[in-house]
Amino acid sequence: MAEPVKLFGVWASPFSWRVETALKLKGVKYEFIEEDLTNKSDLLVKYNPVHKKIPVLLHKGKPICESLVILEYIDETWKGISILPEDPYERAIARFWAKFIDEKCNHALWTACWSKDNEQEKAIEEACEFLKTLETQLKGNKFFGGETIGFVDIVANFIGFWLGIIQEAVGLELLTVEKFPNLCKWIDNYVNCPVIKANLPPRDELLAYFKARQQPPTGPKY
Amino acid sequence: MIKLVGFWVSPFVLRVSWALKLKGVEYEYIEEDVFNKSPLLLELNPVHKKVPVLVHGHNVIVESLVILEYIDETWKQYPLLPQEPCDRANARFWAKFAEEKLMKNSWTAMSSQGDEKKLFLQSTLEDLEKIEGELKGKGKYFGGENLGYLDLALGWITYLVPVWEDIGSITILDPVKFPCTTAWMQNFLNHPVIKEDFPPRDKTDFYFRTRREEILALVGSPSKG
Repeated sequence: MAEPVKLFGVWASPFSWRVETALKLKGVKYEFIEEDLTNKSDLLVKYNPVHKKIPVLLHKGKPICESLVILEYIDETWKGISILPEDPYERAIARFWAKFIDEKCNHALWTACWSKDNEQEKAIEEACEFLKTLETQLKGNKFFGGETIGFVDIVANFIGFWLGIIQEAVGLELLTVEKFPNLCKWIDNYVNCPVIKANLPPRDELLAYFKARQQPPTGPKY
Repeated sequence: MIKLVGFWVSPFVLRVSWALKLKGVEYEYIEEDVFNKSPLLLELNPVHKKVPVLVHGHNVIVESLVILEYIDETWKQYPLLPQEPCDRANARFWAKFAEEKLMKNSWTAMSSQGDEKKLFLQSTLEDLEKIEGELKGKGKYFGGENLGYLDLALGWITYLVPVWEDIGSITILDPVKFPCTTAWMQNFLNHPVIKEDFPPRDKTDFYFRTRREEILALVGSPSKG
């Protein structure tokens, strides 16, 4: 009998959503445990004592933390659809872009959405530079991974779904089809990918969630 | 020919050269002046314009932890990452933690002053307690009996922290508080591959003294000690 899999997350979090995408792609059954980050559970603190953050994957009684680390764990543990490519160089390219999106892009985009005045102007400029880099990298491909969804697409979920909603919530037009046609096409491909489409959090609920928070949740990792 | 573009004191470059040497992979080292970046570096790493860059045939790989995984997947002798997925995840987790927390906090503790310095020193010590906890019962290295991925990712502690302690007038690596880390450092420093490829202490000291002075001059506040 398969060992139970649990995922500690937050329904609105792109970070726990990344892990859910990977589990669903692999066809892995799991129990989702919703965390209240304003009142963290004893279990979350026990399983992630270093950061006390979601997502945490629990498998065979062992916790795995940090979404990109979890994605690699999922790919190595369960067969089926490959999240990372087979070839070491292709894997290195995928890891590079995932890191770029996770560490540079997302932070800049988040700041651009939630800051004001001069700070926002600077943040928008920086975010646009990063988006231009991604636009070029897509080279008109259906996904970052080529013909099928992969590691980089999963990690880019904030751009794929959350960014459009937050832009609407705060009244910002950053990622437009005129400036970023490849990225907009990619977003379309991403949200229409069957495993994504069937499982995304409800758009209207996410919109309400971000509209209610004109002060952003505490930074990109919440 | 395999090429590694690097900078002599960079912890990110050193971990890559250590990995190649552990695997017995021959390569050509190209020293880069990171304060006056060459057209070669800008061509090889246009996104970040940083070292290290590994060139393997037509393949150009950047970001040191990405390079370590590429090296481990390309050359199968002397595995750097553990075999089991949960152990691999653990190694990746701690490498990320050391980079994002311990390195940033200890650097800032070294290069700042007054209250900011106290705050970052406290954070550094808390980070190191977690690393100490991870080492308990591990054996000689994070990798067990053999030096591995996490040892390479944390190797910078062995040569940068003692220098930063000196320059910043701070104590981080207290052997009483951190006996496992202290023992690990000795094992690491005595490994034949590491011994052969280690930045000279006096040069490292001078380099970081100069960097610290530049940072403090930018901040512009008078020295409060």
